[in-house]
Amino acid sequence: MKLLKLVPDNTNIGFVRVRHIAFALTLLLTILAVAAVGVRGLNMGVDFVGGLMVEAKFASPPPLDKVRTDIDAMNVGEVSLQQFGDPRTVSIRLPLPESKDDGATDKLVRQVQSGVEAKYPGVTFSRYDAVSGKVSGELIQNGILAVLLAIVGIAIFSWFRYEWQFGVSTFVAILHDVLMTLGFFAITRMEFDLNIVAAVLTIVGYSINDKMVIDDRIRENMRKYRKMDMKALIDLSVNETLPRTVMTSVTVMLALGALLLFGGHVLRGFSAAMMLGIIIGTYSSVYVSSSLLITLGLKPEPAERRSGTPAKAERVGDGARP
Amino acid sequence: MLTFPRWKITLILLTLGIGILCAIPSFVPERITQTWPKALQTRVNLGLDLSGGSHLLLEASTDDVTTARLTNMEDQIRTELRRGDPRIAIGDISRRDGKLSFMVRNPAQVDAAVERIRPLTQGAGMTGQRDFDVTVVDSSTIILSPTEAGINASVNSAMEVATEVIRKRIDELGTREPSIVRQGDNRIVVQVPGLQNPKALKDLLGQTAKLEFKLVDYTANPAEVAQRRAPVGSEVLPYPTNPSGVPYIAVKRQVMVSGDELTDATQVYEQQGNLPAVSIRFNSSGGRKFGKVTSENVDRPFAIILDGVVLSAPNINEPILGGTAQISGSFTVESANQLAIALRSGKLPVALKVVEERTVGPQLGADSIRAGIIASVVAASAVAVFMFLSYGRFGMYANLAVVINILVILGVMGILNATLTLPGIAGFVLTIGTAVDANVLIYERIREERRRGRGVVQAVEFGYKEATRTIFEANVTHAIAGGIMLALGSGPVKGFAIVLLIGIATSVFTAVTFTRLVVATWLRRARPSELHI
Repeated sequence: MKLLKLVPDNTNIGFVRVRHIAFALTLLLTILAVAAVGVRGLNMGVDFVGGLMVEAKFASPPPLDKVRTDIDAMNVGEVSLQQFGDPRTVSIRLPLPESKDDGATDKLVRQVQSGVEAKYPGVTFSRYDAVSGKVSGELIQNGILAVLLAIVGIAIFSWFRYEWQFGVSTFVAILHDVLMTLGFFAITRMEFDLNIVAAVLTIVGYSINDKMVIDDRIRENMRKYRKMDMKALIDLSVNETLPRTVMTSVTVMLALGALLLFGGHVLRGFSAAMMLGIIIGTYSSVYVSSSLLITLGLKPEPAERRSGTPAKAERVGDGARP
Repeated sequence: MLTFPRWKITLILLTLGIGILCAIPSFVPERITQTWPKALQTRVNLGLDLSGGSHLLLEASTDDVTTARLTNMEDQIRTELRRGDPRIAIGDISRRDGKLSFMVRNPAQVDAAVERIRPLTQGAGMTGQRDFDVTVVDSSTIILSPTEAGINASVNSAMEVATEVIRKRIDELGTREPSIVRQGDNRIVVQVPGLQNPKALKDLLGQTAKLEFKLVDYTANPAEVAQRRAPVGSEVLPYPTNPSGVPYIAVKRQVMVSGDELTDATQVYEQQGNLPAVSIRFNSSGGRKFGKVTSENVDRPFAIILDGVVLSAPNINEPILGGTAQISGSFTVESANQLAIALRSGKLPVALKVVEERTVGPQLGADSIRAGIIASVVAASAVAVFMFLSYGRFGMYANLAVVINILVILGVMGILNATLTLPGIAGFVLTIGTAVDANVLIYERIREERRRGRGVVQAVEFGYKEATRTIFEANVTHAIAGGIMLALGSGPVKGFAIVLLIGIATSVFTAVTFTRLVVATWLRRARPSELHI
């Protein structure tokens, strides 16, 4: 049986050569993403803005405009409706009642549920969330803090393990991944909730995995080929690790694809965010973070100085052999 | 490198074996595992989003605690200085800015006053810090300002009591396996699986259940009471069901008996009219007090006050000496029962407010589990086929490692008694995707080494050796992200992080150590001259 090889042996793509174009493109896309977040904003779920979310499953796909009018008529504040991928499942979002009475939320939930039920027989309510403004503020704060700390923590690790250039390039690339993902959510208006924060953190984790593998290979090659030009060396390293980069991306995509198709509507946004993040993360590993090392002026000398033990002689000549 | 000593093989297989064994109870119905020994009940808990149920986040107002402390301290100072010997006359005690300040009438007594107050302010925890700082200004005014340590200690103890009271109340509801956990300084998370309508629970937890009996001030002018003005020594309280129509009533400030002296409370029916009511039983000192006051005040009304609201104000027809009393008001059976539970379990030291609530129906939970299992199986199969197509025999080894890895993750979660949530399932599926990464790294490295002309055994050896370092680097950083998620995340983020972290740890073991053992065994037995990888 012939084995499947996604990346042919001895592939040699000039990643570094196109770095200026890649940087420009990346920068442009990142600015667009940030602008999208700034202009359109994120469609924050009740986790982050506070409020009430009731999930309703209708017997048949409901006319959203009519449902909106019906709920508006109940005079319960500004309602927003959103389909959950599955056209029968709709999330109904409302502001929390301002009354100090603890029972007010329950009354509101029941009022909306019975009102909707009267107009659309067969509707079921499977879930509801109520988050006060104070808690939601903390959740968003912790979410941002978690993402930032993760990026900084990883960058510092990378800096301590290798040279500072690796830390910086990793930091920039991951920040790019996060901003692009946020931009995607701003453009698609998909609901941004706590699950998505978990997704973003996972993207950070995955992306860093990718970059570590390439960085590690660059380090190894720096020791092995001391005289090699940095551009050629980085190209070589990225190409050498390319089969693994592609293989792993494919397996993760397969798993996420299964989650997207079969994982149920609650995880749909999560899976979509992750799939996009994997593509962005892989792109930034190949085109951004490693090429950035050249811009940052990485030279082979520090590696030699720091590594202490001289590179093994037998490894030096390795590449020349057929 | 490729030869494993026997003890190492045993250790590897033993570790994996235990992990897999611990995963088994999660697949067996609960009613069967219940009969097993405790050590074998390593079941993975299902989060509320999977099992259905209610999650409530309750918050206590710390201001209430500090206000109560000030009031308490004020009383103590009054008692100490006025009733002690010699009597020290003081002016009004002001409670501005969260501090107590008062003037000592005779400036010569200031030092003596401070001397007598000091002992009242001691004892915030183990460190011996004071609850209050006592300072003298203008040589006659004494100021007591609460210390940070004192406030923290009292909030802390109030929260401890509150958690205990909540536990009692929820237990009374008869729900199964509630989880009640303190979070942060002034919050409590309550999770009740299977609870569909959390309204009753919220009503129950929203009640402070501070019960007081006070005499009605029948001398008060009804017109003034209607304007919420009370005579000296009395206060006006809301009385929504007042038969006179005015929703207020004046009562004496002094508490006759309080709910602290209850031993029991049950829901009963009133003799006349068969209306629901709550019967309470006092402890001996409470019963004595109640008997004394009612004997002295026959034919006068007393007020039954719950959380600052008058429930009813019946007349004392005869002295109540038996140590029991009945509370009536406009109760339904449900609300009377709730009050009985609340009174039985004691009063909350602070009022609690629901600041976050999530309720998931059992149907959605069951749907999510089914979807999660299908997604996991599809994901695992797709990845397995792909790995086999790419690496042949070695791909199958990796697949075996993934299957073992899944079981070991479940086993570890069972041992840790961790909770599997919906995002946890996502973490699971992602782990399946990334678990093969380590094997991909190794195999690609072996391919490379072969291309460079190394011999079969040497290529495998180098592949494992070189890739292991990379795998370590990559996973440590991944674990950093996971650790931060676990530390900072709440709810779904945490559930995801737990699975991710466990997955990282186990996948390194199964993907590197286990497959190396399998590959080494195969190499020794088959002695292949060519690697089909």
